Amino acid sequence: MSSVETTPAVRKTALNAVHRQMGAKMVEFNGWDMPVEYPASLGGGIIAEHMAVRSGAGIFDVSHMGDIRLAGRQALAAVQHISMNDASRLAIGQAQYSALLYPAGTFVDDVIVHRLAPDEYLLVINAGTREKDFNWVRDNTRQFDCAVENLSDVFTQIAIQGPKAVNLLQKLTDADLNTVKFYWVTRGTVCGLSNILMGRTGYTAEDGFEIYIPADEEIGARVWKEVLAAGKEFGVVPCGLGARNTLRLEGKLPLYGHEISDTINVWEAGLDRFCKMEKPEFIGRAALEKAKATGVKRTLVGLEMTVRGIARDGYKVLDAASRQIGYVTSGSTAPFLKKNIALAYVPIEFAAVGTRVKVDIRGQGAGAVVVPTPFYSRKRTT
Amino acid sequence: MSYPADRKYTKEHEWIQVNGNSATVGITDHAQESLGDIVFVEVPKVGAELAAGKTFGTVESVKAVSDLFAPASGTVTDVNAELATAPEKVNKDPHGAWMVKLSLKNLGELDSLLSAADYEKFVAEEAGH
Repeated sequence: MSSVETTPAVRKTALNAVHRQMGAKMVEFNGWDMPVEYPASLGGGIIAEHMAVRSGAGIFDVSHMGDIRLAGRQALAAVQHISMNDASRLAIGQAQYSALLYPAGTFVDDVIVHRLAPDEYLLVINAGTREKDFNWVRDNTRQFDCAVENLSDVFTQIAIQGPKAVNLLQKLTDADLNTVKFYWVTRGTVCGLSNILMGRTGYTAEDGFEIYIPADEEIGARVWKEVLAAGKEFGVVPCGLGARNTLRLEGKLPLYGHEISDTINVWEAGLDRFCKMEKPEFIGRAALEKAKATGVKRTLVGLEMTVRGIARDGYKVLDAASRQIGYVTSGSTAPFLKKNIALAYVPIEFAAVGTRVKVDIRGQGAGAVVVPTPFYSRKRTT
Repeated sequence: MSYPADRKYTKEHEWIQVNGNSATVGITDHAQESLGDIVFVEVPKVGAELAAGKTFGTVESVKAVSDLFAPASGTVTDVNAELATAPEKVNKDPHGAWMVKLSLKNLGELDSLLSAADYEKFVAEEAGH
């Protein structure tokens, strides 16, 4: 017998043809053919798209994200076992940021847990970890009376983000969005489609919604166009993964494989407030208890460059004597803040705000300083 | 955008416009298009010596950093200071927003560069892969 190595085909969302028609620049991201930015003629370009989300509205195809449904008598117990936040605090219609952990207290993935019904939960997971997450959830919930379903291919997920997102979506739905608080969900008719799930969530550090419509090319294209048309008065711009990355970086929202991974634990990532140690049991808890007692050695900090230059993912962080002390997990120019910023892991003795370090930018030690994070936070009204 | 026929091009997507022994260098429309929003252009100071085919600076966009390759050997006689504060000009007018001017060492080096038509073909072929 012989085995043939095959490259898995690049996957496409139901909106792929729409992105191509609009002239988006496409890239492969975690096995998906996705738009990185739209043409300037449509108000696109990473900086313009980023600014549209900070000032008005932007829409993103985030259908590459995965969805896992847990339903049944012991659904809560199952969710509690596999996630670090406390899902027992969720009212029906409420959502929370959480993570799935390995026994070592490191990350399988970060997730948003939605409670849809008394015994029904929806986990929204990352594109690059869809299969891994689903297998992990299924394998670690077998002891519970709870069905685990992979709904990843069921939805086209569109994120409508920005201070005007609520006004935009309100034009297209009968649901009263003003009663939906941040990290809550509702259902309603959207663009004539009934019973559509709408969550007031996102990955842009801005107010906004994520809507879950059927994964159908025709329906997706129609809704996408109707959202753009309805958003004209709010300056809506179609946005790609480039702006999604710079927006989440300004808000210090972690990206799997960068700020969180299977070698980084919860304390190092600084996600303590989403990890409820008062829960008697969850996968990873014992290791985290031990790690806390031993003391955390490195931590995630925000850096701002003090000289020209951009710290890119993977660049080394150096001390005054140019010895490597850490590394950059994400770095970019920050379009709204108009600064060059980065997230980096450094030993805790270098983590205090104001600490001066250097970043090895192609052989040059470029100055940077530890700054408070998040770099950007919106004024909360919801 | 079409590529002006009054200059030559490299496979690394620079253009060079020659006038006697001096030349002006920038990056092509295709280069700015692939980079996206340019936020930083770094070029050497006046007096620096460039060697054909070797890197002489960098262009950074929001999402990527890219080396600049010298189309020909020569001494830098001028740099476009405007790009230090307005790097987005490269996106808006790539064939006008020059980066450095050179005093050329060896005009023979220019023979191996691409014409506008050949460069356009090269870009189309690259996109086909």
